[in-house]
This record gives sequence, C-alpha cells and structure tokens, in this order.
Amino acid sequence: MTSRLAAIAYNTFREAVRDRVLYNLVFFVLLLVASAPLFGQISIGLERLILINIGLSAISILGIIIAIFIGIGLVFKEIEKKTLYTILSRPVRRWEFITGKYLGLVMTLVVNSAFMTLGFYLALLWVSRGLGKTDAGLLIAIYFIILEFFIVTAITLLFSSFSTPIFSAIFAFALFVIGTFSEDLRNFAALSHGVTKWLFSATAYLVPNFSALNVISQAAHGRAISGKLVLFNTLYALLYSAAATAAAVLIFERRNLK
Amino acid sequence: MRNPITSSRIALLFLIAAFAGSVLALHGVNQVRGRQATLQETIYITSGKTLKRLSLGYSGLLADIYWTRAVQYFGQKVQEDEPRYDLLYPLLDVTSDLDPHLIVVYEFGSIFLSQKPPTGAGQPEKAAALVEKGIRANPDYWRLYFTLGCIHYFDRKDYKAAQEAFEKGSAIPGALPWMKVMAATMAQHAGETRTAIAIWTRLYESTQDEMIKKNAVQHLAALQVDQNVAELQHRVAVFRTRTGHLPVSWSDLIAAGLLRRVPLDPINAPYRLMPNGTVQVEDPDKLPFITAGVPPGWKKSAHR
Repeated sequence: MTSRLAAIAYNTFREAVRDRVLYNLVFFVLLLVASAPLFGQISIGLERLILINIGLSAISILGIIIAIFIGIGLVFKEIEKKTLYTILSRPVRRWEFITGKYLGLVMTLVVNSAFMTLGFYLALLWVSRGLGKTDAGLLIAIYFIILEFFIVTAITLLFSSFSTPIFSAIFAFALFVIGTFSEDLRNFAALSHGVTKWLFSATAYLVPNFSALNVISQAAHGRAISGKLVLFNTLYALLYSAAATAAAVLIFERRNLK
Repeated sequence: MRNPITSSRIALLFLIAAFAGSVLALHGVNQVRGRQATLQETIYITSGKTLKRLSLGYSGLLADIYWTRAVQYFGQKVQEDEPRYDLLYPLLDVTSDLDPHLIVVYEFGSIFLSQKPPTGAGQPEKAAALVEKGIRANPDYWRLYFTLGCIHYFDRKDYKAAQEAFEKGSAIPGALPWMKVMAATMAQHAGETRTAIAIWTRLYESTQDEMIKKNAVQHLAALQVDQNVAELQHRVAVFRTRTGHLPVSWSDLIAAGLLRRVPLDPINAPYRLMPNGTVQVEDPDKLPFITAGVPPGWKKSAHR
C-alpha cells in the first residue's frame, strides 16, 4: 500500500515539475521578491517590511494559485487521457489514487515553497545586511502558508473529484475567500441567537479557517507567535485536509467511471 | 509554401513596429491623462476596516501600498504652489487601520500633517489624533508619546498637553530618562527657545531615520538663526546708540569691538547687514523653518 501511494505521489510530483507554468510562477515570485527593495525606495522607512510583506504574500498567493490550477486537473486529466483506467486496472485502489495525488501535489508545493523561501531569505539578507532572531520567526509564517496549501490542495481535490476543472477552480477559490472571512462568521454567530447562531457556528466550522493561518503581518513586525498556535494550527490543517481528502475519496469511490 | 525564416522575419518586424507604435500610443495616453494621473484625488474605499476584510488576509501588504501612496501623495502636493492636503489624513487613517502596528505611519505621517505649509499640511489636530490612535494600538511604544508631545508643543502650542504626553511616555517601561526631564522642562520653561532646542536635540539623538534627523537639524538651524538675528540686530542698535548712525558693513561692528568676525549662519554663509540695520540670511530657501532674517516679501518654498 505504502509503495503504491509513494509511486502515485512521486509520479504526480514528477508530472507537476515538468509543467513550465510552474517554473514561470516560481520565477515570477522570485522576481517580485527581488524587486521588493525597489518598492522600498519609493516609500519611507519600509524597505524591510515591504520585502517581508511582498515576499510572504507572493509565496502564499502564488502557492494557492498553483494548488488550485494543478489540483483541478489531477483527476480530470487522468480521466480525459484514459490513463486512469490503466492505473485502476492494476492493484491500485481508488482511495490510494486520490491520496497519492494529494501527497504528490503537496510535495510539489513544499519543494516550490522551499525555493521561494530561499530566494526570499537571500533578498532579506541583502536588504537587512544580515539576519537576526526575528527573521527566524518568519519561518513560522512560511510554515503556516504551507499548512494553507495542505488545505487548499485538499479542497481543490475534493471539488475536482466530482466537477469539471473550471467549476472546481471557481468552487475552490470561492471557498478560499469564504475561509478568509471565517473569523467574521464566528463573530456573527456570537452576536446571533437561535437557529441563526447555530447556522453561522456550523458554517464557521465547516469552511476552512484561513484567517488563523495568516500571520504575515505579525511576523513582519517581529511579534512572537505562540507555540500553542503552531500546535493547534498544525493539528487543524492536518485534520481538515484529511477530512477533505476523505470526502474526495468517498465521492470518487462512488463515481461511475465508465 | 512560404519559407519559415521569412515568416519569422516578418513576425519580428511586425513585433518591433507594433511595440514601437504602442509606446507612442501610450505616450499620447499619458499626455492626455497628465503626469500624475495615477495619483488622482480619489480614495475609493475610505473605510480601513472594509479594506482589511477585502484584503483576504493580506492587509499588511495593502497597508504598505497605502503608505507608499500617502508618501507619494504628500511628495506630489509639497511641490505644488498652493497645495491642499485633503486626502492625506484619510490615506494615513486607512493605512493605520490596515496595519495598526506600522509605526512609520504615526511617526512620519504626523510630521506630514502637523508642519505648517508648504513643508506640511498644517493640520496639527489631525496629526495628534493619528498619533493618539497609534498609542492606543501600540501602548508600549513610548516614542509615540514623545512624537505627540512635540506636536502639542510646537504645532498646537498646548504646553499642558505636551507635558502630559511626556509624563505618560516617561512612565512606560524602557522609556529613556530624558522623557521625565522633558516633562519637567515643559512645566517650568515652556515656550522658551532653549526648551525647543532641547526637544529637537533629543529628537535628533533618539532616531535612526535620516529624514527625521534632517528635519531636526533644519529646525535646530532655524532656532539658531532666530537667536543670531535677534542678537545681531541688538548689537546694531547698540552701535547706532553709540555712533548716531547705522553701520555700513560688519567691519564697522568689528572695528567698534561689538563683533569679533563676520557672523556666519548655520550653513556657513555670512549674514547680510541691510542698509536699514536689519539682518538677513544669504539663502532663506536652505533654512526652511526660519522665522527671523528673511528678506521682505520672501515666500517659503518647498522646491528645494
């Protein structure tokens, strides 16, 4: 089982890194990071802060774009090219196929993020003429961004397990936007009563919570991020993406592929 | 069949021609829209809280963009002859809503707002409100109390409020001891030139930022000119009392023992002794905050 999962994940990774669009996007992020010191020149007192905000936001936004646009094709392409039938005719279960695809894309995003992080830290080193203790804290923000990718990849895979690529992209992006408002949903729930309160609370738990995973501003100002937040965010991202992948498996298991 | 090399050449020529044409067309568009079209007098969303929600969590990045826009707006306005700074406070307010911990907005934004035109917007009340907002968001940052005290002292001339600001700031752990001295000085010597010199000196010493340092140096130079001009005009008056006529040049005062040498202003240019006995600086444009020693009819200009 593990070897089959690893094989599908590795092949998904190999297929993704062959995609030239991926390189263009990574190059674009590195270009943005490299140009951040120039943005600092047209502002006042912000050179380092602009670099951090642009760098981390670019890593996050571009990663989400990659997760959605590669994720929507993971299942669809296999069906369209009819390679899925070859895979499933071997001793590969449907859940192994979906989970392997998920792990492969997550691996791609982690490797991409590592490259983008390297570029970001080089730019930071250049602007700050050295790295300090607070710069290590930025790694936590990047770690949270990667956790975001775990969730976005899972929900994209969930939608792509039953929908067309274009609709999967729309649904995944819409859910990402709603997820950034999850704190507001909780606040609405706290202010409501009766059924409305229950409805808002349920929605707040149902949609992914991206607001807690975005600590870019906090990290940029060198503010400490608690160990408990790291622990609970890690648990939340792993469990939520596991649930979304399980839902994708459930749908895919029942899907008529004939 | 057409030769592919010929097709490539035609495509390349077409590319160069079309791109050159687009550059010319864009030049025409820029001419029509004006040089500062990107900095038009509009702020589409005035609520920082709404913008924060619309930023999808990237509010820090948006705050940087708004701050840069505020700096560009101020830089553009300062070049105009009779500027109005209608959008400056809303831009700073939105920026501080998007990122309440962006200290530069309060420190620099308050300078932009509080200083008198043409070097600022001349809105000290709004400057104080902005810094108070910054203090609420960053209660442990004592330097904002110092900034607030300076606005109350120099721009609002509210010495009691300045004293309170320095006192509150001095009570914050980590505040430098001279904040207490400042509060005490306010109580005893508010309004005196030496107090102003002490504040600008502290400001110069306590900041790492070149722009704030330059601003402090210019204010210190202006205070020195104000003192020098008063002293020189007093010596001219003494000369007149002794001789019954005004001195023609500094040499007369030196010969009379009232001066040792030709007096120099802070930028090392000699002061000018006018025929009516008044004293003027050589180049008032290089001393933007002076109130004495300016030629009659001279208008402050930000074009430096």
